[in-house]
Amino acid sequence: MEFLSTFAGWTATDIRLATPLLLAGLGLLLMNLAGILNIGAEGTMLIATLMAVVGSYYTGSVWLGMLFAMASGALVGLLFAFLTVTLRANQVVVGAAVNILGSGLSATLFRILFGVSANVPLIDVFENCSIPVLSDIPFFGEAFFRQMPLVYIAFLMVPLTSYYLFHTQSGLNLRAVGENPRAADTLGINVYRTQYLSIIVGSMIIAMGGAFMSTGLTKFFSEEMVSGRGFIALAAVIFGRYKPSGIMLAAIVFMAGTVAGNVLLASSSQIPYQFLTMLPYILTIVVLATFAKSAVSPAELGKAYKRG
Amino acid sequence: MKKVDTVKFRTASADVARQALVSVSAIVIALLLGMGLIALMNISPVKAFSALIEGAFGSKNSVGETLVKMTPLLFTGMSYAIANRCGLTNLGMEGQMYIGAMFAAYAGINISGLPPVLHVFLCIVLGFIGGGIWCLIAGALKVWFGASEIIVTVMLNTVAIFLIEYMVTSGPMLEPPGTVTGQSSPVLDSARLGTLIPGTRSHWGFVIALFFIFLFWLFLWKSKKGYEVRVSGYNLQAAAYSGINTKRNILLVTFLAGGLAGLAGVCEVLGVQGRLYASFSPGYGFDGIAVALIGMNSPIGIVVGALLFGAFRSGGNRMQMRAQVPDAIVSVIQAFVIIAVVASQMVLEIWNEHRLKKLQQSKEA
Repeated sequence: MEFLSTFAGWTATDIRLATPLLLAGLGLLLMNLAGILNIGAEGTMLIATLMAVVGSYYTGSVWLGMLFAMASGALVGLLFAFLTVTLRANQVVVGAAVNILGSGLSATLFRILFGVSANVPLIDVFENCSIPVLSDIPFFGEAFFRQMPLVYIAFLMVPLTSYYLFHTQSGLNLRAVGENPRAADTLGINVYRTQYLSIIVGSMIIAMGGAFMSTGLTKFFSEEMVSGRGFIALAAVIFGRYKPSGIMLAAIVFMAGTVAGNVLLASSSQIPYQFLTMLPYILTIVVLATFAKSAVSPAELGKAYKRG
Repeated sequence: MKKVDTVKFRTASADVARQALVSVSAIVIALLLGMGLIALMNISPVKAFSALIEGAFGSKNSVGETLVKMTPLLFTGMSYAIANRCGLTNLGMEGQMYIGAMFAAYAGINISGLPPVLHVFLCIVLGFIGGGIWCLIAGALKVWFGASEIIVTVMLNTVAIFLIEYMVTSGPMLEPPGTVTGQSSPVLDSARLGTLIPGTRSHWGFVIALFFIFLFWLFLWKSKKGYEVRVSGYNLQAAAYSGINTKRNILLVTFLAGGLAGLAGVCEVLGVQGRLYASFSPGYGFDGIAVALIGMNSPIGIVVGALLFGAFRSGGNRMQMRAQVPDAIVSVIQAFVIIAVVASQMVLEIWNEHRLKKLQQSKEA
């Protein structure tokens, strides 16, 4: 019984840690299926982590902070879309630039707005919110139903995204653009508009993931706090075989590595903590090597579409 | 024959000139945007930039410091460029640099009794191999399993940084007796790179970097393998059809790219730090992307790019002290440079297409 409760605690932590990864993965999925390869999720998330803190600090509401973050995501997405769709610039290079921009801009703005003082201001952050009845179920209640509101939202987005992508006309159009933009264009689908929308909405979802890191997982911003999750999300999409439910599974599996690391660390094992921290990154590489060939990526992923 | 050559040369040089113009105007645009951002912070951009320039070139010491910052950027810029010439994207220069540094530090500390030049040479070779193997992992996974080298190299960055942190905090390379964690023992004097300009921190690593720029040019433009690599970069399938072993070339290029990035770490250890520190790099690896981009993956261009961003890094400190502009803004300007370069290249291309179309239309009419 004791162990079951501990295990429920680990599961709850895993679910919470998986949330930013899941959101980033879902955002990337929207773009990937529209044929856009965005390696700039890391930078998009970094800007969002800061904007969420700024929004929460100045308005006093963590939800408004989330909106701030999403607005910043939309702006970054707009920039990315303009460069890669309208100007047809190399998506990988622009993505790399977004990462450098995110790391530089978040650090610069942070130091200007909050200085380098050691005092961490108290801001409004997400609190755990138990779901009545469900949270009383043994094991499952503790593991799944005593989470922060955004965790529920993120996991609800899995079936919603799935429904949108695979059961609506608009979702079908989006996937057509990623598979064969010329055919889609012939059928009267506006390729550019579809790609723009998928990038902007996708970046907003990625930004939600970033916002949750600074106002949910932790209670404030620190420089480089996303620490590679934007890249792990890319691998999660491949591991999840371009399906929302697959991405959810990938996020949970990847973060289980981190949880296992923390558990081993707490039990003062002989393994140095650096090796445990490496786990999700190594896992990502292994997974990528195992699934890269079998994952069916959109045919036109990463290639700019030129009309006419 | 001669006439064809001159025509060819003329178009080629016009191409280079146009590219250079793109780079220069992109830098100007990026700098203006950066100044605008500084002005938004209510700080005089003129004051900030004069502090930056003074910090980069104002005295013998500042020039020496700029050379110090340039050295790793030359290597990481070449690393990104050589991979890019083969159609690959290496984003793992940071990690490869750490592994190179670790190999060099190990050889510099533990192998004794060698004459100085030979010892340095050995460290360089080992550092190159270390960084090369680290990047080769990504190349091998790409060739054998189809894993994207972009993601693998990025993941390997974090792995490398944690590995080095372990090595010098609780691992085998921690300086005995272990009271000061986070650093290795100093490398032996015979492995240190000498000072280049007396009275500054500049070291011979800069000259070594320039020598490698020469080798970089020799390999890509004067050797058969280099030619194959460039062809693969233009069109992988065509290269494969023409009988080029593209898989083997990917392995070779990832090894060379990693090795070059590794040398950035070697020079940091042997020339600047004198020992291996945890997280010694302020992001030289990622700077390599911008350096190679504005340098158009060419030897001279990389030197210019490294000079620009090296000056930013050395002047950034002064700017932070004098004008209270956080030095992280250097990264922002760098991102602006990358964006401005790709944007202006594409605008030029779209404009050319437009002109061509008009020309065709007028011919048809």
